[in-house]
Amino acid sequence: MQDRNKLSYDKLSRNIALAVITVSFAPLILVGGLIFNQFSSIYREKVYAHLVEVVDKHKETIDTFLREKLYEVQYLNKAYSYGQLTDPEFLDKTLRGMQQQYGRIFVDLGVIDEFGRQVAYAGPFDLLGADYSQADWYLDSRDKVSAISDVFLGLRRSPHFIIAINNFTDGRPWTLRATIDFLSFSNLVENIRIGETGYAYILNREGVFQTKTPVGRSGEFVLTPVKAILPQSSGGGDVSVNRSEGSDGEIYIKVSSPLKGGDWKLVYQQKWNDAFSAMIRSELFTLAIFLLGGFGIVAMAVIISRKLVARFRLIDNETELMNRQMVETGKLASIGELAAGIAHEINNPVAIMIEEAGWVGDLLEDERKDFSCSDEVRRALNQVRVQGGRCRDITHKLLSFARQTDPSVSNVSLSSLIGEVVNLSMQQARFAKVSFDLDLPPELPPVRAALSELQQVFLNLINNSIQAMEAEGGVLTLSCGGDGPWAVVVVQDTGPGIPAANLGRIFDPFFTTKPVGKGSGLGLSICFGIIHRMGGEIDVESSVGNGARFTIRLPFVQQPQHVEQTKEVVHD
Amino acid sequence: MTDAVILFVDDEIGFVEAMAKRLSRRGMRVHKAFDGYAAMDLLARQADVDVVVLDMKMPGRDGLSVLKDIRRDHPLVEVVMLTGHGTVESAIEGMQAGAYDYLLKPCDLEELTDRIRGAVSLKREQEGKAVAERVHGIACSRP
Repeated sequence: MQDRNKLSYDKLSRNIALAVITVSFAPLILVGGLIFNQFSSIYREKVYAHLVEVVDKHKETIDTFLREKLYEVQYLNKAYSYGQLTDPEFLDKTLRGMQQQYGRIFVDLGVIDEFGRQVAYAGPFDLLGADYSQADWYLDSRDKVSAISDVFLGLRRSPHFIIAINNFTDGRPWTLRATIDFLSFSNLVENIRIGETGYAYILNREGVFQTKTPVGRSGEFVLTPVKAILPQSSGGGDVSVNRSEGSDGEIYIKVSSPLKGGDWKLVYQQKWNDAFSAMIRSELFTLAIFLLGGFGIVAMAVIISRKLVARFRLIDNETELMNRQMVETGKLASIGELAAGIAHEINNPVAIMIEEAGWVGDLLEDERKDFSCSDEVRRALNQVRVQGGRCRDITHKLLSFARQTDPSVSNVSLSSLIGEVVNLSMQQARFAKVSFDLDLPPELPPVRAALSELQQVFLNLINNSIQAMEAEGGVLTLSCGGDGPWAVVVVQDTGPGIPAANLGRIFDPFFTTKPVGKGSGLGLSICFGIIHRMGGEIDVESSVGNGARFTIRLPFVQQPQHVEQTKEVVHD
Repeated sequence: MTDAVILFVDDEIGFVEAMAKRLSRRGMRVHKAFDGYAAMDLLARQADVDVVVLDMKMPGRDGLSVLKDIRRDHPLVEVVMLTGHGTVESAIEGMQAGAYDYLLKPCDLEELTDRIRGAVSLKREQEGKAVAERVHGIACSRP
């Protein structure tokens, strides 16, 4: 039974906890997920847009740079004749003028004749007479008006690129070439750095790096696009964004845009995690909050459900106890009725016995003392009468006690009422070796009360005291007196006393120190209720070893002229 | 006192018999009835009954209704109630219905005889008054 109850309580607790958790989590997850999803997609778009913009801007810058350099060289070509440009002094002066004007971007200038031989040169290297007829950049530029070469090491063994302009003088083609300093060019690109891994570089058609390779990374690093994210059509021109897997196993974002009329490609790459580090941070933060909150919800749900169920359990237990008490009370009431019925039934036979004995006595008187044992017969008859009388007294007492169902309020004399109750408890007191010390002045004015209820109060108090003294006997002092408008009844015993810890609780319902099944714990609380309903007070003084003293104060009836009538009613 | 005539009504036959014997021995003439109907029959036949000792709780017809019939049909007959009830209510009701007195059962014989004597003397008084009234009436009716 107990186990089954425990199981059902556990199940209840679990169900409550689950319901609370489900109801709390469902909206949390839905709303959280929705907001999170929106947030991350918006954030992603912003990041892409930003990268596209950066790349696009730089592409413009680089294209502009190249175009400007080209124009500058073209200007030279247009402004001066072959003869002027092949004059070493003039060329040298021109280069110095350009370097003053544009910085040391132009490293050197040279004029190449129709056979690919450099016929004039100005610059830091000794390249006069160098033969470029087989050089890639020279061959590439043959059929164009102007050309910008890829970056190469060339004769001087350092990275540079060349702007070449073709011209004709007297039907003979010649070429003006200018070398652009690689460093100042590659700075344009290398300045693009975002986050920790964001890095830009330029590739030519063959995929050869035109700027410095990313730091700490060898040439064979390859990005394989796995997903085209957006062919950016809006504003970005022909910039494309890819999600790629690097050969180091990491995921990268690759943003690329064609340069130099499609010959080159500006590429920006950044590790995925780096690009979205802020988002990932907020993801982690959100997750942490979610986990903590979730933990809190679960913990609260479990605690609350446990507490609730514990409370249910307490209430159930109390209800059960109450039901038991009700049954007990009902049992008591029916015992009372039974006692009354028995008393009625016994009355008649006892009456007949007494009368028959009386009749025999009457007959004996007529016979006079004629036979030898007449004295003995008379004594026996007397005994029958006396014992019959005792039976009658007992049944009368039982009847008056069982008459509990009468809650009508009347004027009650405390002295005689307490006297009656003491008589009922005499037998029990004798067994417990308790003697009574009574001080019940009969002239005390009456109080207004329901007789049976007051009987119950004093019966409870006297029984409690007797039970407290059961172990070694003692004296039960009962006194009543007046104190102004109050009747004061004191019930004092010499028992073991009540510990201070229990003193505050003894009027609580169901509080008992008796072993389980012995006491209901209701006696004193019923007394308390009755006394307070009557407008009185009950309190207790006690300490361990000094017995207990219950003091009851009840209001006297105000009109003293009803005393006589009251007494009559009490004795009925 | 020897000429008091009593009707003892109670469903406890043994009690009635014992009481009848004891009361007879004390100089009273005792009629017995074991229920209300028998009591009313007997009263109708015996005009000389002075006092009815009536049990309140009887099977068939209870004491109170018998008491009311007696007061109606035989107004001069006095009634002493014997009640086994622990309650006063029936006794009070009985007194209101015109009983002379009530006693708790089982009762003391001395107490009972006292009450009977009181009832008898009351009845005699009432009878005297009634006779005087009748005489007075007869005297007055003669012009």
